[in-house]
Amino acid sequence: MSTETAEKTQVQKPSEPILSKRRKKLITDPLVDDNPITIQVLGICSALAVTTQMQPTMVMALSVIFVMVMANLTISLIRNTIPSRVRIIVQLAIVATLVTLVNEVLKAFAFDMYKELSVFIGLIITNCIVMGRLEAFALGNKPYDSVLDGFGSALGYSWIILAVAFFRELWGSGSVFGYPVFENIAGLFGGGFSLATNGLMVSPVGAFIVLGLIIWVQRTKTGYIEH
Amino acid sequence: MQQSNAYIITFSVILTVILGFLLSGTSELLGPIQQKAIELDTKKQILGAVMPAEELDRMEADAVIDFYERRISSKVVNIEGEEVEQDTDGNALIAENVSIARNFKRSPEDRLYPVFIFHAEGNESEVESYILPVYGNGLWDEIWGYVALQTDLNTIEGVTFSHAGETPGLGARITSGDVQARYQGKEIFDEGGNLQAVRMQKGEGKDYSGEPHKVDGLSGATITAEGVNRMVESYLSHYQNYFSRQREGGDAAPEEQEPVALN
Repeated sequence: MSTETAEKTQVQKPSEPILSKRRKKLITDPLVDDNPITIQVLGICSALAVTTQMQPTMVMALSVIFVMVMANLTISLIRNTIPSRVRIIVQLAIVATLVTLVNEVLKAFAFDMYKELSVFIGLIITNCIVMGRLEAFALGNKPYDSVLDGFGSALGYSWIILAVAFFRELWGSGSVFGYPVFENIAGLFGGGFSLATNGLMVSPVGAFIVLGLIIWVQRTKTGYIEH
Repeated sequence: MQQSNAYIITFSVILTVILGFLLSGTSELLGPIQQKAIELDTKKQILGAVMPAEELDRMEADAVIDFYERRISSKVVNIEGEEVEQDTDGNALIAENVSIARNFKRSPEDRLYPVFIFHAEGNESEVESYILPVYGNGLWDEIWGYVALQTDLNTIEGVTFSHAGETPGLGARITSGDVQARYQGKEIFDEGGNLQAVRMQKGEGKDYSGEPHKVDGLSGATITAEGVNRMVESYLSHYQNYFSRQREGGDAAPEEQEPVALN
């Protein structure tokens, strides 16, 4: 599931600053250099599915951040008591519980979002990033570091799906966060023309194309080559 | 020690109990709020058949509920068009609580059919339109909606459709305002008084403004469109007895097809 091996528990100096260089790296690494979507190629399914519009994508991103931070924290807190033979099912149970909580809260307070996202929120359980970080990091590291690691990875996931959603909504529906950009641009020129939207962007194929372009640009810049 | 079976079993049991309590506690706590959200959603969908969705979205939750209570009266009828007031257990029936999905599983003769009547404020007999729920199968999952008929019980005032899992950008477009607007002003009966319903046609982009029983289709979503057609047609046919009862007597609609002022 994970493409990485567990990081070695580092020898803790007694007074490591709250955001030491090492800890900052826990957050910043997954943003670009070790991005879960573009480098590790995990969590692709939801990146394709929920990114037709910005707003649901934002809710999805926040949900994933919450689930990853809490799951990493919980697992890390009880890491020494988890029997290793059943650790995967224990992780699964905790992730599933957190995801169900998110789902219930959305159902109560944001019913429209719940209707739109429902099945994809549930699918956070199967998002490889979550279980991957639990296996690779939270099981072997202290709670605070694990929280940072979960937050970083979730952020890396979030900005990619938000970027994909931005282009898909702009090209596919001509709007950003529901704000009709294309209409207004056409309006600026007196409405003498209209900007066509591309139906391809609304279908999952559009996500593949946008995601592919993002990965391309990123790898050109960082020079990353898959081994 | 951690590898012993006893430890693993104890650990699993404790974990399960804790997580179980957490989940059932949340469910208890949020249950009433969720019920309200669902109720609001249903009422919004019903009202959506007679008013633009944007207008509903601008309204506060309480305003929607209040508006609904002032303008909608509801009842439940059976396949014969007779009003049903109690369910089989003798409990009073509330149209809003009748699950169309559950009734869909029964044969049409045994189903309960709610009718929502959109009336003038403060006067229940001054009917403006009849809102009827419809339910059926799309391509991937269930689809449902509400069809509002004008007082001639023939002209469509408006429709609203929802879906559980149609393809985004294709079949899911049945929820969009411009697709639903295509139904406005269409007629469900032909001149001989036979039910024709209104059917989405294959392909998209043609003009059907002169044809009362046809609307433009959904390009790339023929199966969803077929599902919508089947759903609308079958449910309208189930309400036929109710229509004829309404026409015959009581607070029946006027015979002539004068257009009703849009809200």
